[in-house]
Amino acid sequence: MSKPLPPAGSGGRFVRLAETDRPALHLRIDGEPATALEGDTLLVALLTHGRRVRTSEFGDGSRAGFCLMGACQDCWVWDEAGQRLRACSTVITEGMTVRTTPPASLWPVTPDVAARERGEVLR
Amino acid sequence: MTAPRVVVVGAGPAGVRAAQALVEAGVRPIVIDEGRRDGGQIYRRQPDGFTRTHAMLYGSEAAKAQALHHGFDALREHIDYRPETLAWNVTAGQLHTVHASSGETATLDFDALIVCAGATDRLMPVPGWNLAGCYSLGAAQIALKAQACAIGSRVVFMGSGPLLYLVAAQYLKAGATVEAVLDTSPAMPTLTALRGLLHRPRLLLRGLALMASLRLGGVKLMHAVAPLRIDGTPGGGVSGVVVRDARGAERAFACDAVGMGWHLRAETQLADLARCEFAFEPVSRQWLPRIDVCGRSSTPGVYLAGDGARILGADGAEAAGRLAALAALHDLDHARGRNLFASEQPALTRTLATMNRFREGLARAFPWPHAQAAALPSDAVVCRCEAVTAGELRRSVFELGSQEVNRAKAFSRVGMGRCQGRYCGHAAAEIVAAAAGVPVELVGRLRGQAPIKPLMMSTQEHE
Repeated sequence: MSKPLPPAGSGGRFVRLAETDRPALHLRIDGEPATALEGDTLLVALLTHGRRVRTSEFGDGSRAGFCLMGACQDCWVWDEAGQRLRACSTVITEGMTVRTTPPASLWPVTPDVAARERGEVLR
Repeated sequence: MTAPRVVVVGAGPAGVRAAQALVEAGVRPIVIDEGRRDGGQIYRRQPDGFTRTHAMLYGSEAAKAQALHHGFDALREHIDYRPETLAWNVTAGQLHTVHASSGETATLDFDALIVCAGATDRLMPVPGWNLAGCYSLGAAQIALKAQACAIGSRVVFMGSGPLLYLVAAQYLKAGATVEAVLDTSPAMPTLTALRGLLHRPRLLLRGLALMASLRLGGVKLMHAVAPLRIDGTPGGGVSGVVVRDARGAERAFACDAVGMGWHLRAETQLADLARCEFAFEPVSRQWLPRIDVCGRSSTPGVYLAGDGARILGADGAEAAGRLAALAALHDLDHARGRNLFASEQPALTRTLATMNRFREGLARAFPWPHAQAAALPSDAVVCRCEAVTAGELRRSVFELGSQEVNRAKAFSRVGMGRCQGRYCGHAAAEIVAAAAGVPVELVGRLRGQAPIKPLMMSTQEHE
């Protein structure tokens, strides 16, 4: 009935249809270098590179934003300082660095957390 | 007397026309806009450096968009415009705002508050709608209009309402691949619906022309479908959509993105926090703030206009915004405002009455499929924010005795996540009502809570 889909993970989710004649800007997404265009939102920068914005903290997989108008809050990512950014309403700047995992996931594991992860109960 | 302190929330068609009326009367309003630029969602302006023309961006509405943008540009010196600013709370006579990037807060005293908060898509959960690649119809349109992107390489549009056809036609015209347009509404509107739609015959014809352009472009158009599921994997996202067609057969469409929405829902949180009375409107099956013909809410000094009060669309929002601003000045006993109000009020209310009949026609022609929402399978996610299933929501009714949505929210967390019930709230009410065996208006509505959108932990208000 229809053409096969491109395999998941290849290229970006969003497809640029016009306005591609803009200066390139450079950013780092989870440490990896990436290029986007001046005037792009962070969401577009993320989704022209990959197929997800973040991973749901409720175990149901990847998320890629939903409303693009600042209402659903599905596209939260973080800068290197741990400040939350709403990707759909953040305009990219040259040299921007972004993390798609919450800062807490990078915090050192304290003994109580380590114990809980081992299934022990601390008294 | 001292100049009245008037605050306008929103800079879409309603907010811009409200600000313009105030300036004409000699008042300098504060205009709070969550966007980076004026225009709202419908007439959203593309970023600097983008070169598409108004005609390419707004099609048949280009002249109106251009007039609104130019009108606003001419206002800039005469208003206190605060873009990228969220109005997050209303208390007695005060509006509380925060600037998005700087985090700077302000508490604004007002004599009149004109809330033009607009609308979002109205969503019905479909099994799999939490997969990456599912977007609201509004999102699909914003991606194209503001960023010149399609939400995927092969897109299915599903839902109902004028935006369904508009966005699909815009995608087709822009060169995107539209796999199908799947409408839950019947192909032929009822006579009552048609009578409503005939109040704006040109708009009706434009809608029919959009459908024709899609058919001409080879897009599969289906009516009276029942969405069954969105297929895909948690890691890879959407891979297809499955619906039951009007004859009862299952139809599958491969795609990597879905744009979905069932017309619009009003953004009413600020009205709620301002303690405006609400009423259930059977024709759209949503709770709306009570307003008089001029946009006065039940709270003195608080006025409501645009899609945040009634989904009249952009033209209606322009008229309602102007009328609400003039009514506010009239009520404040502002001399020039009173004169403008007296001369313009009759024609503006007539215009709005016509548009309201059209609105009711639309609501009937593209009905909210409430029975489908109520029948969402128990393992399907109803709250996208926190992946709470319909089964968990029903358990709050069956086992915990919730007969009211705020109670069901407290038990199930449906409506408590990041979006604060914007995208699950209407369906959740249908599910709770069906489970409790009562009409949906008896289970109430999710109350708006401050902050109406998440703030940063570092946000500090100064006294």
